Amino acid sequence: MVSEHIVKSFDDELNQLVNMIAEMGGLAESQLSDAVTALSKRDEMLASSVIIQDARIDALEVDIDTQVLRMLALRQPKAVDLRSVIVALKVSAELERIGDYAKNVAKRTLTLLQAPAVTNQANTIVRMGNIAGSMISNVIDAYLNRDIIKAEEVRERDNDVDQMHTSLFRELLTYMMEDPRNITACTHLLFIAKNIERIGDHVTNISENVHFLVAGEKFGEERVKSDLSSSTLVNPGDTI
Amino acid sequence: MSQALKLSETLASAPIKAQARDVKVFYGAKQALAGINIDIPEHHVTSLIGPSGCGKTTFLRCINRMNDIIDGCRVEGSITIDGVEINSKSQDVVQLRARVGMVFQKPNPFPKSIYENVAYGPRIHGMAASKTDMDQIVIDSLTRAGLINEVKDRLDSPGTGLSGGQQQRLCIARAIAVKPELILMDEPCSALDPIATARVEELIDELRTRFTIVIVTHSMQQAARVSQQTAFFHMGELVEAGPTEQIFTNPKDPRTQAYITGRIG
Repeated sequence: MVSEHIVKSFDDELNQLVNMIAEMGGLAESQLSDAVTALSKRDEMLASSVIIQDARIDALEVDIDTQVLRMLALRQPKAVDLRSVIVALKVSAELERIGDYAKNVAKRTLTLLQAPAVTNQANTIVRMGNIAGSMISNVIDAYLNRDIIKAEEVRERDNDVDQMHTSLFRELLTYMMEDPRNITACTHLLFIAKNIERIGDHVTNISENVHFLVAGEKFGEERVKSDLSSSTLVNPGDTI
Repeated sequence: MSQALKLSETLASAPIKAQARDVKVFYGAKQALAGINIDIPEHHVTSLIGPSGCGKTTFLRCINRMNDIIDGCRVEGSITIDGVEINSKSQDVVQLRARVGMVFQKPNPFPKSIYENVAYGPRIHGMAASKTDMDQIVIDSLTRAGLINEVKDRLDSPGTGLSGGQQQRLCIARAIAVKPELILMDEPCSALDPIATARVEELIDELRTRFTIVIVTHSMQQAARVSQQTAFFHMGELVEAGPTEQIFTNPKDPRTQAYITGRIG
């Protein structure tokens, strides 16, 4: 970590930003984990609570925006300080989006509760959610410790989430073909899986921001996407 | 491609106007500069930044041999302009200073009229054959210095009667009247208010199309605003020089980072 500023209050403000990101990251992770638990346990209370709690993440994003604007105007940060402030702004936007996806998982869970439980596909979604959740917590650790290697590892993990999403996509399509009564529930499950897949993408964006924060340059190579669901076709009679 | 990237590309491809190699300066036994190496790209603004006493002004004064007039000051190493060594015995210092103009921290107009302030240099260098020629040089220089509209009706008034910002632009007009190739500026805005500073900065940006500019400034914001290349001096050493946007976003040396972010280095 770089040494302290001559003006101490500048350090205090930078630390505040870091603390707010840490808090937002913690909230995003617990929101996702609660949303996935609510889905697997068919827990209406928990799902409703996730929907309400999203406002806390939104409020933190507004606080971070305000703080960043103020610091740019009053401190004119440079070099690593400039990167810290810009990265905080970008990471908070990613976390806010992650919060929205978790909330959407909870909303769809409430809808699913109106229908009979169809399949055990929730298990795969829970595993996806667990991986995405640990990605959030690891990327926030990488951010707090300015750990470029850990950030890179998180980025690689997104492949697992993508692959699970692709296979889940195929499975759910097959279930729908088997019995049209499954279509409503399976469609919601598809969106839930897609939400979690998107969360993984936002986490990789955060890990790229951590790389920029530490190294001062953008991530070199584009990540190879493993989510093949957008080019997946399943026809009746196909074996999966 | 972004504007910033374009600028750094033109910086890399610009011809070298002036070049310093292993420049050392001593004041008596005390060494003030420890082997400076830098290239000054043509038609660009190079800013020299660093804490007080770091050697940036000493280096600036090497470029037109202003250190010659300081007793006990010794300059070693090579400085070339267009490939020609300026520290050689055969170099005419008066000619050199006509090619390399200078603007100082405090505006220092001569105690003469506005007209005479600008005409003085061209006259001693014999640049005007007639009064009409001289009038043209004075008007051109005041125009390029962005001052003409404010002074055209009072060219005979004393230069010292102008405001601080106007005086500084008068000094810039005086410097460009002798058609220099390089202009050195030593904290040209530190005695000016923000509006006058903005005028001078705008002027610097226009002047670089004709001249090559080296500016010493304590204001890092100013260095960031006006220059394409920034060089950071610390304790008599040139720590790092590079495209301005790189120095202010991602400096390579931890000492540069500590200085520009306001940390104790």
